[in-house]
Amino acid sequence: MNIVLNGEEILIADNLNVSGLIDFFDLPASKVAVERNLEIVPKSAYVTTMLKENDRIEIVHFIGGG
Amino acid sequence: MPDNEALTERYARHLVLKEIGGAGQQKLAAARVLVIGAGGLGASLLAYLAAAGVGHISIIDDDVVSLSNLQRQVLFTEDDIGLPKAACAARFLTKLNPDCTITPIEARLTANNAQDLIEAHDIVADGCDNFATRFLVNDACFFTRKPLVSAAVGRFDGQLATFKAYENDEKGTPFPCYRSLVPENMASVNDMDCAATGIIGALTGILGSLQALEVIKEITGAGDSLAGRLMIYNGLAATARVIRLPWDPTNPLNGDTPTIKDLSIHA
Repeated sequence: MNIVLNGEEILIADNLNVSGLIDFFDLPASKVAVERNLEIVPKSAYVTTMLKENDRIEIVHFIGGG
Repeated sequence: MPDNEALTERYARHLVLKEIGGAGQQKLAAARVLVIGAGGLGASLLAYLAAAGVGHISIIDDDVVSLSNLQRQVLFTEDDIGLPKAACAARFLTKLNPDCTITPIEARLTANNAQDLIEAHDIVADGCDNFATRFLVNDACFFTRKPLVSAAVGRFDGQLATFKAYENDEKGTPFPCYRSLVPENMASVNDMDCAATGIIGALTGILGSLQALEVIKEITGAGDSLAGRLMIYNGLAATARVIRLPWDPTNPLNGDTPTIKDLSIHA
């Protein structure tokens, strides 16, 4: 199925959860948050949150500077 | 104390705003704001809070001004190099608006002083430069039930959120705290400050100004609180978006089974 990741349309496997997405793209899970359709996905919901066709996903990197 | 006529003139542009007006201006004058960090965010944040007539502003920062700060920390001049940031900022702000009582605190926020210091204020604005302090501020604001307007910058990116984790939303769900966004492991990350990653100066001005606006909104009740939402500013793309930040029931501070009961983990 197609999703939009960081503004780019990509093809991913069906039945992928957020956890699977992080593994697939080898993202640094502890340093980023995942935003799905304009909402942060809580870390505790990565396994239960199944991606759907046309989901818009953004990887949000934590920043701490001031 | 300046006379009423001078006050009316100084805040004339606020007084005509129906969301602020005389009542809002009085709330600003009565407000006690604690600003964590007098750096890039602090520069515009502090200047706009003082200019707006916030009555009491405390600034905690244990650093001194260096030449590399002047690229973005526009409260300071070359004459300030080597001097404490909190004191330099206080001097600038007192000149900007003598109506404000400015209290510089040349110290680091720690587990020992955080709770008492925050307790003595109505609202906290965090513009510090490290994750460990951000967690400490978040936890201390939760325990003292004080609203926290938190801004962060890095490279060309900015993030802004308001945390009222001690309250529930209209559905009865707790508002998120910083720990619903950032996991504990980031507390030990210290290679992401401005020195290591770089920061475009003007971006700190934008985020500090947005932060000042959210503080003013919390004090006056104007508009919609950012609580439960996160603003993400992308300076390179020139885009901003506001997204929902839900409460994470597993977070250790205000989750279903909290494990953080006091500030001892920060000692």
